[in-house]
Amino acid sequence: MMASVSLEERQRIYRAMQRIRRVEEEVARLYPGDHIKSPVHLSIGQEAVAVGICDPLRAEDIVSITYRGHAAYLAKGGSLPAFMAELYGKDTGSAGGKGGSMHLIDIAHGILGASAVVGTNIPVAAGYALALKREGGGRIVVCFLGDGATEEGVFSESLNFAALKRLPILFVCENNGYAIHAPTSRRWASDELCARVSTYGIPATLLAEGDVLAIRAAAASAYATMRQGGGPAFLECRTYRWREHVGPNEDYDAGYRSRAELEAWQARDQIARLGAALDGRDRDRIDAAIAAEIAAAVAFAEQSPFPGREQLTSDVFAE
Amino acid sequence: MSSQNSHERTLTYVAALREAVAQEMERDPRVFVMGLDVDDHKAIQGSTRGLLERFGPERVFGTPLSEDAMTGVAIGAAMAGLRPIHVHIRMDFLLLCMNQLVNVAAKAHYMYGGHVKVPLVVRSMIGRSWGQGAQHSQGLHGLFMHIPGLKVVAPSNAYDAKGSLIAAIRDDNPVIFVEHRQLYPTEAAVPEAPYVIELGQARRCRSGDDVTLVGISQMLRECLVAAELLREIGIAAEVIDPVSLVPLDMATIRTSARRTGRVVVVDNSWTSAGAGAEITAQLAESETGLRLKRLGYAPTPCPTTPSLEAAFYPDPASIAEAAHALLRPGKAWRPDPRHAKLAARQALPPF
Repeated sequence: MMASVSLEERQRIYRAMQRIRRVEEEVARLYPGDHIKSPVHLSIGQEAVAVGICDPLRAEDIVSITYRGHAAYLAKGGSLPAFMAELYGKDTGSAGGKGGSMHLIDIAHGILGASAVVGTNIPVAAGYALALKREGGGRIVVCFLGDGATEEGVFSESLNFAALKRLPILFVCENNGYAIHAPTSRRWASDELCARVSTYGIPATLLAEGDVLAIRAAAASAYATMRQGGGPAFLECRTYRWREHVGPNEDYDAGYRSRAELEAWQARDQIARLGAALDGRDRDRIDAAIAAEIAAAVAFAEQSPFPGREQLTSDVFAE
Repeated sequence: MSSQNSHERTLTYVAALREAVAQEMERDPRVFVMGLDVDDHKAIQGSTRGLLERFGPERVFGTPLSEDAMTGVAIGAAMAGLRPIHVHIRMDFLLLCMNQLVNVAAKAHYMYGGHVKVPLVVRSMIGRSWGQGAQHSQGLHGLFMHIPGLKVVAPSNAYDAKGSLIAAIRDDNPVIFVEHRQLYPTEAAVPEAPYVIELGQARRCRSGDDVTLVGISQMLRECLVAAELLREIGIAAEVIDPVSLVPLDMATIRTSARRTGRVVVVDNSWTSAGAGAEITAQLAESETGLRLKRLGYAPTPCPTTPSLEAAFYPDPASIAEAAHALLRPGKAWRPDPRHAKLAARQALPPF
């Protein structure tokens, strides 16, 4: 797979994944200082899914993200300064400080607002796809969801409707194996998720290895079909959350999962893999640019004002 | 609205709803109608009849029995710039939609910093009689009044039904539009040309200086009959229809209350933590010396048998009795129920 991807593409994909990880590590570093006024569900370990899915998208396409949505937000091109300012609760944040980490949005870059209630974004994304189908311009929607969301009723309802109306939507299940702390083995009678989905008449593919290039290729193939009116598709991307469910720390001492699980995923870390295949000087140049961008975003967030009290009652209703 | 001009056209409530939607769909290609059975031969008791033939299946379509997801679909389409009207034949079914309505529709504009709008109309019907019972009769507007970001409208007559539905469709916010099944055949003068009844403007339907009756949805009609019964014993009741519950025109209610000093709020729902509680609480907060009373469903689920159902709802006799009790405490009076039925013919339409 690596050989079929150009050097420029490899650099771009490495940069996108490394940028997410470095942002998340910076969020984790800053978190104990109480500058960030929001619970954070970090994407560290899951970068390859977001980047593999978003890299082949067009700027005018739409993504719908989850409360663990930092990676997809950044991968789709969401503003980093607005992201950081939102976590800081500042007026310049993506939602003016009213949404926080769990309600990121960047409409200008095709990012629908995230929801803190599991699965709640799924039908909203399908509704957006219904509008895009009527628009007829070949735009598509990607709907990210977690393995827990597949247990919600709206998941099944939305799959059925999307298939019925042949909506241009790719459902991407980021299966990290745990709903908070409950493993899929304690929640699913069968782990044949793709088989379940395919009974709705939706082509479903399992990507079990976390290979960013394989995910990217599967997504690109699905998009080509969807843009031609081929209807919805589904990808189950196995992945792994390296940090705790919410917060900046590790939690391998909590007893619900083993460090050996982490180490198996770290052994195939896609950032290390693509980084190792780059020229060292190129990689250093990319890393330095990312560090500068993050430092600027943090400075922007720190220097931005909090919203004034008059903002409390603004935007309850659209005028 | 109140004049009986022979040149004016009359329409039933259901026809007024249908005309409002058809005219808005004609005016604005972004408007579309979805919901269980909106496109079948019964057409939601006729309220969506003819829309499919006129506007086609892309803009008028029935949905799977998936109220939760379909509400999300409507919200997503609204965020994308369309203007959905999601129809439910029973308001009870909105309980299947609560996560999307409360967690997304109501909050999206605020929670996403004003970057999205949800111009969504959710039509649903309150049922009554024919043994519809506990799960096919509920007026649940109070639940939605509780949530910032939702507008709630409950017109009581065909004229307001057309104008406020047009206002709801043109509104950039989610609007819960409450229709009572027993209002569907009622008639009023309804202009053919589209017009807007601004949300947040109450209507004074009858003038009087002794007591104020505030009637919500179909209870407005019961209040008009009660006012007639009260007139017969020398009590002049003012009758007010809030029309819209969010935004709520308290100024009109307050002005009346200051003059009469006595207010009975009659809701098509339970009294606890509902529209009646809200209206009387706002009056109690801003005025002194008022005598206030709430009437609504009995504090039980709705029974099916007619003998119990009759006791479940306020009626003109119980409304008149409550108003009388505010005016002349200690002097029990209740109109004869048979006479109350006769009074209905005098007090009610033509509107």
